[in-house]
Amino acid sequence: MRTTSDVTLHVNGRRQELRTDNRATLLDVLREELGLPGTKKGCDHGQCGACTVLLDGRRVNSCLILAVSVDAAAVTTVEGLNAGDGLHPVQEAFAEHDALQCGYCTPGQVCSAVGLLDELEQGWPSVLTGTGDVSAEDEIRERMSGNICRCGAYVNIVAAVAEAVGR
Amino acid sequence: MKPFVYERAAEPAAAVATMARPGRVYLAGGTNLVDLMKLGVSAPEVVVDVGDLPYRDVETLPNGAVRAGALVSNSDLAAHPAVRERYPAVSLALLSGASGQLRNRATLGGNLLQRTRCRYFQDVTKACNKREPGAGCAAIEGEHRDLAILGASRQCVATNPSDLAVALSIMDAQVEFLGPHGPDRISVHDLYRRPGDRPDRDTNLPRGALVTGVVLPPLPMAAGSTYRKVRDRASFAFAAGSVAAALDVRDGTVRDVRIAWGGVAHLPWRAWAAERAMRGAPATVDTFERGADEELLAARPLPDNGWKVPLLRNLTVAVLRSMTEASW
Repeated sequence: MRTTSDVTLHVNGRRQELRTDNRATLLDVLREELGLPGTKKGCDHGQCGACTVLLDGRRVNSCLILAVSVDAAAVTTVEGLNAGDGLHPVQEAFAEHDALQCGYCTPGQVCSAVGLLDELEQGWPSVLTGTGDVSAEDEIRERMSGNICRCGAYVNIVAAVAEAVGR
Repeated sequence: MKPFVYERAAEPAAAVATMARPGRVYLAGGTNLVDLMKLGVSAPEVVVDVGDLPYRDVETLPNGAVRAGALVSNSDLAAHPAVRERYPAVSLALLSGASGQLRNRATLGGNLLQRTRCRYFQDVTKACNKREPGAGCAAIEGEHRDLAILGASRQCVATNPSDLAVALSIMDAQVEFLGPHGPDRISVHDLYRRPGDRPDRDTNLPRGALVTGVVLPPLPMAAGSTYRKVRDRASFAFAAGSVAAALDVRDGTVRDVRIAWGGVAHLPWRAWAAERAMRGAPATVDTFERGADEELLAARPLPDNGWKVPLLRNLTVAVLRSMTEASW
């Protein structure tokens, strides 16, 4: 009975080959095997969004994905958002708007917002889209509802995301 | 989590054939299964990943129907132009569920087969007939505020968590699957079941069946359909109660109406009695109230979830009323 597997991942542009326990989540592999602790473990049940990464360009909860099931996929973590120096525009917006307190949820919030920008660009609807009296702020709150902030920095998070959307 | 063997299915029929052996589960998006494995609710010996199988397309059929493959993500299905235009309730139900991250990963097939979020089912230290037949039901005497008021049994008061299934119910959707005897299909109404004395069975699918897709039949009135969900917070929560509805009013009379309720039963609850009571009657609040009341005669709430009865009544009336106003 073989309970480990060989997996290749393309993480932040780097090819990574590893042997993983079939039980390991993408989150655990990123943090424990690949030395990328930026992605955080919050609830570990897909409810808080702290583990959000981009998988083949789309935001997902890395805590609910078995690493073995995403062999050959491209993963972008908060460490890989900006190819060069400095910050990704979404990170800049978070810094400008002081969109955090303790910062634990921030990598997930930022990756989620980056995914959101792409979804907006593709014209994906939210449940509020087309229902009439919906502010841009309401749309952001709805689309960011998969990210919980226990410090309650939501007001500034919404402002930061709104700025990133506007840029 | 118990160690398990991981297999990637390369061919559908071969995957179905292996499911005759015990201890095997299908893995698609994994957003529910991986969680249940962490909780110890599911402890497979072999996980069969179906992610490479060819069920990722959404196609429009010549008769106007839409067929979606079982591996289409909830996000992609919700954003698909044909779904948004012809079956808006389906798109809205998908977008009412979970979060952006989960919808990107979760699949159509997995959405239909996700397990109840009854907290006693998810807690292996508690008695649950669905998880362990014969163990009893801790929910009936326990925290059951969120649980079923319609069609439940003394063995189980769990609710089906899917928003999508509620919208599929008013569309009379067909669920396609590959069973031990080949390809087959089942109406969404026959897919789900009341818990009865076998609450461990969520569906009537044959053992080892692999859901391959869903067909939404042509239904002109569905173009005006909607889905409204009530929950404890504004977003990212399961339904306290929900309504999917489609309404066809001609000359002030209800020519046809379809209503299904979510978050209140072991299955998406198609409100057949309400529909019968409304058809042919004037499209008025009075008719909508009488119809909802007719259906709710079947409600058997527990001590702490009786509030769902007026919630469903008010929600149903409000949704139909807004649809009536929109059509004038």
